[in-house]
Amino acid sequence: MSVSKSKLPGFFNGTALIALVILWLIPTLGLFVSSIRDKDALAASGWWTAFNASTQVTFARTAAPSEQVQTDKGYVLAGQLTSNEGDTYTNIVAFGSTSNTPQEAEPGSQITLKNGDLLQVNADGSYEYLSDEPIKGSRGKRIFFAYAQPAEFTLENYDNVISNGGIGQAFLNTLAVTIPATVIPVLIAAFAAYAFSWMRFAGREWLFAAVIGLLVVPLQTSLVPLLRLYSDLGQMFGFESKGYVGVWMAHTGFGLPLAIYLMRNYMRSLPGDLIESARVDGASHFQVFVRIILPLSIPALASFTIFQFLWVWNDLLVAMVFLGQGEDQIVLTAQLRALLGTRGSNWEVLTSGAFISIILPLVVFFALQRFFVRGLVAGSVKG
Amino acid sequence: MTEQIYSALIAILVGVTAVVVYFWGSNWILDTLISRSSRDNKEVLREKIRPWLFAGPAIFFLTLYLVYPVFETLWLSFHNSDSSAFVGLANYEWLFADREFHQTLQNNLLWLIIVPTLSTVLGLAVAVLADRSKFGTVAKSIVFMPMAISFVGASVIWKFVYHYNGEGDIQIGILNAVIVAFGGEPQFWLSITTWNSVLLMLILVWIQTGFAMVILGAALRGVPEETLEAAIIDGASRRQLFFRITLPQIMPTVIVVWTTIAILVLKVFDIVLAMTNGQWETQVLANLMYDWMFRGAGDFGRGSAIAIIIMISVIPIMAWNIYRFRKDEAGR
Repeated sequence: MSVSKSKLPGFFNGTALIALVILWLIPTLGLFVSSIRDKDALAASGWWTAFNASTQVTFARTAAPSEQVQTDKGYVLAGQLTSNEGDTYTNIVAFGSTSNTPQEAEPGSQITLKNGDLLQVNADGSYEYLSDEPIKGSRGKRIFFAYAQPAEFTLENYDNVISNGGIGQAFLNTLAVTIPATVIPVLIAAFAAYAFSWMRFAGREWLFAAVIGLLVVPLQTSLVPLLRLYSDLGQMFGFESKGYVGVWMAHTGFGLPLAIYLMRNYMRSLPGDLIESARVDGASHFQVFVRIILPLSIPALASFTIFQFLWVWNDLLVAMVFLGQGEDQIVLTAQLRALLGTRGSNWEVLTSGAFISIILPLVVFFALQRFFVRGLVAGSVKG
Repeated sequence: MTEQIYSALIAILVGVTAVVVYFWGSNWILDTLISRSSRDNKEVLREKIRPWLFAGPAIFFLTLYLVYPVFETLWLSFHNSDSSAFVGLANYEWLFADREFHQTLQNNLLWLIIVPTLSTVLGLAVAVLADRSKFGTVAKSIVFMPMAISFVGASVIWKFVYHYNGEGDIQIGILNAVIVAFGGEPQFWLSITTWNSVLLMLILVWIQTGFAMVILGAALRGVPEETLEAAIIDGASRRQLFFRITLPQIMPTVIVVWTTIAILVLKVFDIVLAMTNGQWETQVLANLMYDWMFRGAGDFGRGSAIAIIIMISVIPIMAWNIYRFRKDEAGR
């Protein structure tokens, strides 16, 4: 293409692309950064400030009046600001006389308290409390101040959401739903795709046209009849109508049209001579399929496996309709949705829970992106 | 916890083994039962049965889980809430008189226009820009990434983006923070009618743009070099090149992408349920249906009627797909 043209459009294109990419990345980045922040910091400031030191306001007590010393300035209580847990505060950015004005004075300056006493707090956390009269009381005086908390990240939110938020159990439940609901339709579809591409039987074309029609049937039309069927069968044979087997079968049914379609298109593109010569040599269709076609179809199998894995892992509707919502059956998406309802403003729970729910699909996706893209293109451009 | 893992493992093993045993076993039975004799017509008979062993389970699942339910749902939509009495068209009459349903249809129409169009345009833009850029591969991966994220996960991500703290408080949602930084007033976005629906749509656009980008990127690479070169020799500008030469050639793919996303949009459920559950006039068909299925004791009649409305709206696309398939096959 013509390079002689002004460089401006090229620069513009680059900038537009970078802007889009940043726009795309920011929401997920916000989720991840928030999930590893301290929960108080998360609620108090935007995640984009997480890398700056944050300012926290608190108070500490001086040493007890019993430790006061009398000097020529008056009665003095001096020492280092320390939390109840015994940690010392070192990065003081401001201090004040009351809880309403904790940031009225710069560190290093001296202020006069309401009772006439003097207070000085230095940046390193040392303080000096000065009074003309002997200091009374049994407990230390309160000092209100703000200190800089260096950026700090923690896995505490994850710990918390895995054990208390039900996310750990839900992760296992999701695995138990996803693996069979992925493997079973792949197997069933592979056999069917072979029949549709290389076996002769009455109504083959007609049946495959029906499969193409089923590609777009919304699963909403299946929900009510299947729900009724499951509960009727459950009553008749005395089993629980909500359970893993029912969900596997539902996902199998819903995933089959795309699976058959993708694999049939792929198998049709394999050389027919190969199959013919094996058949002439006396191999049955079963042997041809298992020994020749299946190994050759690995790319198509891989494509659909990733599709189905992502679809089942990320599904909410089927899981909500066909699984119990108790601890033993609830999947990640449903658990996350429940947390949105009950812990809607506890972002430390939501962000870490959401990140756990998306991490496995993301890993699978980036590791096998090539197959995924290939399947996507095969499934769309033609269909 | 370990008990749970064991039972999950056993369940997985049983489920998968059952399928393998069926295929292997049924073919073995067929071979032993009929191959005792070597007479030719037995071979013919065997190969007449085998396709049904191969395709049988698929046909069973498709029939039970997709075909039969469509007719059953249609049947149920003519019945009352617990399916005990025939009510004719009463559910549909109620539906078309219901204000919430009107609102829902309007929203769905808006979703149907905005999401596929915006995703397709943005996807095409990224595909074109990334092709000319040094870090195009990285850019494409990043735009593609949301495809792996569940709608619920995406909802959590974006709910945090749209988060609102009372006016005067520090805004921890980035949208309101940006608005405040530019001197605007923070808003409780999800409660602002129409705008809230658009904000929900953006979530789906964020997810689907990667899909459009990948498919359209493949189509762009399929555009023959000669047509482009000829146009360059004739002095076409870059803009003309794109709009007059490239775009017409990939138009069929653009339409496929648009309709694929449109079908997805008709079924959108998770995002609305997780973000607003249809409050503040954000209701859509799939969520309304779910709502009726489980509202109170569950109204299967009305729920089914809504499902049929969704079904009817995909029928044109279904017919078009089958028509094209038959045309393709005839051309082979």
